[in-house]
Amino acid sequence: MKENNKKSRRKFLDKGLKFGLAGALGGIGLSKITNRAEANTDSESYYKMELMTTDGTIVQVDANEVVEVEHSHDDDVKYNVREGIPNRKFVMVIDLAKCKNALKCVESCNKHHYITGENAWLKVHKMQESRDTAPYWMPRTCMHCDQPACVTVCPVDATFKRRDGLVLIDDDRCIGCRFCMAACPYSIRVFNWEEPKQGETSEITMHLGGEHPSPDYAGMPSQKGTVDKCDFCPHTIKNNELPHCVTACPNGVFYFGDKYEDTVTNGEETLRLGKLLKDKAGYRLLEELGTAPSVYYLPPVDRLVEFEDGMENYNEFQSVDIPEEE
Amino acid sequence: MKNYDTLINDLAPRKFGRRGTIWVFLLVLVIIAGVIAYIDQIRKGLVVTNLRDYALWGIYISNFVFFVATSFVGSATVAVLRLTKNKWRTPVVRIAEIITLASIIMAGFTIVLDMGRPDRLMNLFIHARLQSPITWDVIIIPTSIVLSFLMLYFPLLPDLKVLKKAFAKSRPGLSKWYGKFGLNWSGSKKQKAIQQKSIKIIAVMAIPVGIMLQTIDAWLFSTTYRVGWDSTNMGAYFISGAFVAGLGALITVVFVIRYVRKLEHYITEYHFDKLGKFLALTCLVYLYFNINEYVIPIFTAPVEEEIHLNALIYGEYAGLFWFSQVVGLLLPLIILLFKAGRKPRAMFIVGLMVVIGSWWKRYVIVTPTLLHPFLPIEGVPESWQHYFPSVHEWLITSATLAMALLIITLFVRYLPVIPIQRTAEEKGYLTKIDKKEES
Repeated sequence: MKENNKKSRRKFLDKGLKFGLAGALGGIGLSKITNRAEANTDSESYYKMELMTTDGTIVQVDANEVVEVEHSHDDDVKYNVREGIPNRKFVMVIDLAKCKNALKCVESCNKHHYITGENAWLKVHKMQESRDTAPYWMPRTCMHCDQPACVTVCPVDATFKRRDGLVLIDDDRCIGCRFCMAACPYSIRVFNWEEPKQGETSEITMHLGGEHPSPDYAGMPSQKGTVDKCDFCPHTIKNNELPHCVTACPNGVFYFGDKYEDTVTNGEETLRLGKLLKDKAGYRLLEELGTAPSVYYLPPVDRLVEFEDGMENYNEFQSVDIPEEE
Repeated sequence: MKNYDTLINDLAPRKFGRRGTIWVFLLVLVIIAGVIAYIDQIRKGLVVTNLRDYALWGIYISNFVFFVATSFVGSATVAVLRLTKNKWRTPVVRIAEIITLASIIMAGFTIVLDMGRPDRLMNLFIHARLQSPITWDVIIIPTSIVLSFLMLYFPLLPDLKVLKKAFAKSRPGLSKWYGKFGLNWSGSKKQKAIQQKSIKIIAVMAIPVGIMLQTIDAWLFSTTYRVGWDSTNMGAYFISGAFVAGLGALITVVFVIRYVRKLEHYITEYHFDKLGKFLALTCLVYLYFNINEYVIPIFTAPVEEEIHLNALIYGEYAGLFWFSQVVGLLLPLIILLFKAGRKPRAMFIVGLMVVIGSWWKRYVIVTPTLLHPFLPIEGVPESWQHYFPSVHEWLITSATLAMALLIITLFVRYLPVIPIQRTAEEKGYLTKIDKKEES
């Protein structure tokens, strides 16, 4: 009885599979036929056409099969915000040996992203691993992780990872649950606790620029009740320019580039990424967590400046210039 | 027959007395204050709270976790005691079911209060991503609401019939409603069989669903890298904590209802003794997980974790931490070990201690961790390094608690808090009536 049962089940499965397969094939065949029928309606000639393929061989093709490729005219201008720039993988290298807390990066970032909250996207931390080790200044951007904890926990796909390495936020979709902020081990995310005071500047710029609000539009306009963060400046990258922090730094601390091209530049010198990381023992922040950041650090060795010089600019409780209220 | 009449008289819902009216009035006042505060929060943004970029979750979330925890009492008492055939549960199950439904509804509600953009609530369904623990919550909370509703409703059917009959003359309007909600329950053998089977299925389902609910709640925290949350202990720890919080809430509410409705004959010292032993057992289990959570990490704590633990044990959060551990767990456990500690009055105090301790325990789980990030808290106003809820947060949170109590109160007002039919059957009153009706 048992044996019988098994057999009949196997038979059933077998038949089911065959029927399914036949159905699928039939479906494909049918769609092929209809396609051809559609193509045939244009012309009824049967002559063959000779065409050259990309590798140089001449092939013969039924003329009916030849369909003109539709060119997209705005290939260069428009790109899918969620996919990113094709065939790129953006990385940053931050040379801690050069940083003296000049804070020009922070100022520039705040200005160009219209940051009006009290927490800057980019900050320079005063670091000291232990009492006996040397203190150093550490600029900290978004790490644009390849295994981003924030993206994993987002319930609505508002924060997303692009193929070119950027992690961005769709302000129009964010529900403000702040799970991404809790998930980020680098605590880089900021929240618009109140109506952003970007005010008319942003309104005007938006209208003048004629751009639709988009996740890569310089963090503007920010929206109340949503999350913001360092975006690696896609609005400048798109124009083949460097992010604001890179160009603003007087000491050439920030290098920005493409991992596929194995090149990074700080605007003055252009270096091979792989060699730079090897020679200077580059590392990533909290590597052990497995978030695989896109930002590399070069250790603070052989510094030309005293750590103390940076103390002049050091302000523990402020990272954004808050306009005085009238 | 006389017994049965007194039974109905004792257990049938009653109008509010003066105390009841004042109580409801107070609750409504608190709720109105909370609604006003919430409207203000919507208008101005979450800036009215004391939440900031580091302390990014606060009492809205810990209060949510508390509601989720207390909702576990349904699975704990109704399902577990049912499946283990503990007869003493009869007079307390309905109250447990009511608490469960009220808490889980409020849990679903409070989580929305924390959202920066509640207007985009539908995005959770439109753009749902299955890998996010919040989506798991979006799935499990409605499931739990439906299940706890059914868990309350199905066993209620025979009682609604009883009430329809009992109020037929005195309150015909009310009686009609009982009839409607009673779904034409006739008590026939066929109906009873369906009802029994459904209740059994619900009871069996209540356990995995309850466990999933608590675990997902724990995973909201343990799926992050944060110190103090990133712990494999979290799921079991939350379940054991939910047992304690839920039973604490049950004991407190049972005592109050027993006192107000004078149900000393139905909910006796025997029942309190049993509940006390049950709570003591769950406290012991919870203690075990607390040791796993706080004592064992001391041995291998990396720097960040050590900072976190120190803040709990001696530092900024020591007061709340020890309050929740001692008042919410250790003292109740010790008191419950003595027979005198399991008398109703003592149990009421123990219940209160457990509930208040449990509420603050969730606060201690949520807040300190966020203020101990891996990178230093710098470049933000000094006040952002600390967190204590603002007036808005207190008003809104109090309103959610008041709303839960109001739901419980209204259920108690309109439903028999002790199953009439079951009690009658167990006491053997019903055989006579059945015969009478049949003849």
